[in-house]
Amino acid sequence: MPNLKDLKNRIDSVKSTRKITSAMKMVAAAKLRRAQDAAESARAYSERMETVLRSLAGSFAGREGGPKLLAGTGADQAHLLVVFTSDRGLCGGFNGSIVREARQLIHDMKSEGKTVKLLCVGRKGSDLLKGEFGGDIVDAVTGIGGKKGIEFSEATAVSDKITEMFEAGEFDTCSIIFNKFQSAMTQIVTTSQLIPFTSEEDEDASADKDGAGGELKAAYEFEPEESEILEVLLPKNLGVQVFQAMLESSASEHGARMTAMDNATRNAGDMIDKLTLTYNRSRQAAITSELIEIISGAEAL
Amino acid sequence: MADTIAEKVEFELVSPERLVKSQSVCMVVVPCSEGDIGVLPGHTPLIGTVRPGVVDIHENGKVTESIFVSGGFVEVTPERCTLLAEEALSVDLLNRDTAQARLEAAEKALEKAETDIEKGNAEAEIATAEAMIMALGGGPAH
Repeated sequence: MPNLKDLKNRIDSVKSTRKITSAMKMVAAAKLRRAQDAAESARAYSERMETVLRSLAGSFAGREGGPKLLAGTGADQAHLLVVFTSDRGLCGGFNGSIVREARQLIHDMKSEGKTVKLLCVGRKGSDLLKGEFGGDIVDAVTGIGGKKGIEFSEATAVSDKITEMFEAGEFDTCSIIFNKFQSAMTQIVTTSQLIPFTSEEDEDASADKDGAGGELKAAYEFEPEESEILEVLLPKNLGVQVFQAMLESSASEHGARMTAMDNATRNAGDMIDKLTLTYNRSRQAAITSELIEIISGAEAL
Repeated sequence: MADTIAEKVEFELVSPERLVKSQSVCMVVVPCSEGDIGVLPGHTPLIGTVRPGVVDIHENGKVTESIFVSGGFVEVTPERCTLLAEEALSVDLLNRDTAQARLEAAEKALEKAETDIEKGNAEAEIATAEAMIMALGGGPAH
């Protein structure tokens, strides 16, 4: 029979855990709303950027001598993988799923004989990958998103770093891996290629644009020259992609944490119920045995 | 011919953080890198870069709103004008002291800059701050 006092302590401690998890859930819910708004309002920019870039890249396709960011270096020997995770834990499978996917990718690429470099955004990513791929991590960026939320300059700092490394010839291709926000319950691990530039829905887009926008696209005037615009636009697009990934990742993080904390709160509640039941049972058992002792004592007289 | 063209042009100003403005206007003047462009309905399709400066929204022949942008891109179609700006704020919110402070900070950054990218960033920042001061002082641009 468990000790009554121990049970009591146990119940108290689970209760305070429940208080903490439910507070964390509230905080995550409030942050989620803000992060979600930010991610959604930023989509406008990246979508339009993509449209402009696609019509530009379309007019450049098949031509020699395009900027390197568009055409690539011609090799795919060295790869840079940018991994977006959170700084803090307690958010369910959020970081685990990213890291698992990243690990898979790295193994695949290494078995093909490529070299892989890692740029970790968020502390958890570098913590979790350090053990296995410590030597491959070129840099880790932490502390993204202060009180005011994520700022565009934080994204450009990362994308500048990427451009700098690319120009120094440290890698040939680059892709990012992050959690795309779907809902508070689901986050989709997404991998997308940054360098060389490819528009995701290249084929469908040109298919359904051929009817309406085909002629229009060809008729654009450029000021200054196309190549000059591309040279400015491509690095900028990197920044926007990184920014979008950061926002999606932060919305996903808060969503994942909210769900995880909701589960934790519920589990704590269940545990309290179970413990309370045991507590009451043993209390009654104790009373009963005391009564029996008293009665049998009285009968013996 | 004139009645086949819409009377207004859909103007959209987007910054990375949000959609700043989306409205129908009579004309919008955009500071492009090779000179200001006035966009009226029925403009030729165009893609251009934008230098730091002031975007003026014209309604019925008058400037109704001026917005400062720190450079970016503009995509013009006959019905629409989409401006992608890194930073956009109303001219009323500009402040000489902060602009001056930004200019000084940028100049310091330029001195310290080692890589080409850092240098480029600092130069862009200087151009932005100078354009801000110009917008405030009613300089030659306005």
